[in-house]
Amino acid sequence: MTEVRSRARALVDSPALTYRQRVAALAALAEETLDPPPVSAEAAAALARGLVDDLAEGHAPYRPRYLLPDYARALAQGSSFLDLAPPRDLHEAVGFLLAMYSQVPSITGYPVYLGDVDTLLEPFAASVDDATLRDVLRLMWVVIDRSLPDAFTHANLGPDDTRVGRTVLALERDLLQTVPNLTLRVDPDRTPDGLLLDAVATVFACGKPHFVNHPMMCADLGESYGVVSCYNSLKVGGGSHTLVRLNLAESVRGHAGGVEDWLDTTLPRDVELTAEVMRARITSLVEQSRFFEHSWLAQEGLVSLDRFAAMFGIYGLAEAVNTLVERGGGTERYGLDAEATALGWRVVETVAALVADTPLPYCDGNGGRAFLHSQSGIDSDVGVTAGTRIPIGEEPPLAEHLLAVAPNHRHFASGVSDIVHFDDTVTRNPQAVVDVIRGGLATGMRDVTFNLDSNDFIRITGYLVRKSDLARLAETGVSRHGSDVLAAGSVANSHVTDRVVKRVISSESAPRAAR
Amino acid sequence: MSPPRGLLADVVPFSWVDGPGNRFVAFLQGCNLDCLACHNPHTMPRSTPRAREVGVADLLAQVRPLAAFLSGVTVSGGEATLQAPFVAAWFEALRDDPATAALTRYIDSNGCATDEVWDLLLPLADGVMLDLKALDVAVHVALTGSGNDRVLTSLERLAREDKLVEVRLLVVPGINDGEDGLRRTGDYLATHAPGVPVTVIGFRPHGVRAAARDIPEPTPEERARYAAWVAAGVGPDLVRVV
Ligand code: SF4
Repeated sequence: MTEVRSRARALVDSPALTYRQRVAALAALAEETLDPPPVSAEAAAALARGLVDDLAEGHAPYRPRYLLPDYARALAQGSSFLDLAPPRDLHEAVGFLLAMYSQVPSITGYPVYLGDVDTLLEPFAASVDDATLRDVLRLMWVVIDRSLPDAFTHANLGPDDTRVGRTVLALERDLLQTVPNLTLRVDPDRTPDGLLLDAVATVFACGKPHFVNHPMMCADLGESYGVVSCYNSLKVGGGSHTLVRLNLAESVRGHAGGVEDWLDTTLPRDVELTAEVMRARITSLVEQSRFFEHSWLAQEGLVSLDRFAAMFGIYGLAEAVNTLVERGGGTERYGLDAEATALGWRVVETVAALVADTPLPYCDGNGGRAFLHSQSGIDSDVGVTAGTRIPIGEEPPLAEHLLAVAPNHRHFASGVSDIVHFDDTVTRNPQAVVDVIRGGLATGMRDVTFNLDSNDFIRITGYLVRKSDLARLAETGVSRHGSDVLAAGSVANSHVTDRVVKRVISSESAPRAAR
Repeated sequence: MSPPRGLLADVVPFSWVDGPGNRFVAFLQGCNLDCLACHNPHTMPRSTPRAREVGVADLLAQVRPLAAFLSGVTVSGGEATLQAPFVAAWFEALRDDPATAALTRYIDSNGCATDEVWDLLLPLADGVMLDLKALDVAVHVALTGSGNDRVLTSLERLAREDKLVEVRLLVVPGINDGEDGLRRTGDYLATHAPGVPVTVIGFRPHGVRAAARDIPEPTPEERARYAAWVAAGVGPDLVRVV
């Protein structure tokens, strides 16, 4: 208890935290004093050695990790909790949404999903002129950035071309905010080149949006899905109870033999250990803290348990494959050599089959199974590559890069991120980026996201930060955005900026909220 | 008859600087000019150990898995038209393969090609991007070692047949950067290639031969001035400067 007291004191006194960051860190500290959901000794050991990782969700789950309220339904029926009638015009609709965002729980304290804002607002936009639409959306966007300063907060656009969508893209180029994160859903038959070109121009300006394969998502999740946080695709009106990830590199490290043996014995065991941790967390959320019984979102039908599942994340595929190849006496590397890359595909396929065969409670949103997710890493990952990515700095030229990773994408219904980068000359030829997006989707990529070498905005693990904000954080130690603090750690630990500009931020200058 | 084989300097699977959209570019070995400011001097000689022979089927096979990501292909060089039979055979194969039929086929050329060469290539090509090194013969000789008769004939024919998609003017300080010459170039293009976009490229010493390394790089202001002189003829909307 004295340790907790001294940590609480340090948080209260910290000069580096804003008021809200302090509150969140104190809450996390309090939660940590409770016992985590009980698991077997073997699973506890797996957590302790970092084989299985619950991504610091906390010891006592009291809200789902990712929550996608059905905003369309809320706008249509009004809310007794918010004491708001259904909005009648654009101003009321925007006010309604902003009020609602402030009441959506999440792990970070800020909502991860803001809805498909074009579809939500387009009917209300019909009766206002362009200047009014722009003014109202500008206010909305500024308030989102200032009141929900977290780059995991995510809005969706597309697949259709709308006035609201075009206005949002123009505002993004103008405001240059990291928040909200943005996804454009692309349907080859519905999304015109003009909208894609507009989106690409926005990528050039501020690194957003991220592009997703709409038909593929619809096939896996149904028409009503959203992309939240870092490329996490889930059902609207549902979400994910938890995200627990399995470190494939660590799994290989803990195995004495070769490939076949690992695939047959250790990998299935480690998948089951991960699933055990997930079961414990889901059961705790649903049965002990009883989120779905007391949350206003559930009471008003804006989320329902039957649209929920959980996310099974994997990461460290590159290191797992490379180690297995080395053990067999080879030197081929994942993403660079055909055989090693194919082994990577086989590992993903095997994990997918195992996860599809592992029942989990309260996961009716996906037939009682977890959604597989290629987890894009966190700031503290050292020496292990995010998800199923090719290690930073080792990526082959773009064409090879895309062909190497595309076959993995079909397995990850809840998202996969491979960040590809362009040099600046492409800004003179945006159609080339549209070609790459269309090609990616046509060859089975689910998610496509870009970094432009010269951009002030870079994707860290999946969210965006501005290099200039990181520099300021390094100098002053204070950031308005919670995610910048994570990003500073990520930059220091994994050389994320190696492929962008050389800038080293020492980890000492990056304050950690909960430590 | 066995299908023609090509002599290839290199391929770039994805390029966004060789025509519209994302393109697969085959750089063919060998050139018929000897440009002082050439950026790929290693592609000039007809034979070099760095080049490799390639068959039509092989080069087609390199494009097929990438076709979904491309707007088209471009042959560049060196001077691609020197290997016209190979280029024609490759373009034909691309046209006839369902996986690649939708791709546009562009040629990047210095214009030193005969009418017979264009007769062979134009029915198979969607567009040609042409370098015009200089309008004046003497300047052209100074820059490339040859006159520009054939270049101008090619340019005019390509424009007439609606195959000229871009004219590139590489401006080298002290050689072809005079106001008078660039204004006359603009007028010439306005007359003989109306509506065709013009790219004014400022000389960059990167990659050039030793003899050209001391030529200064034009400042952004100088480049803008070159563009303005050309634009006086063809109109500002058609001119872009890099
Ligand atoms: S025409 Fe092109 S490839 Fe040939 S020498 Fe001149 S610049 Fe080099």
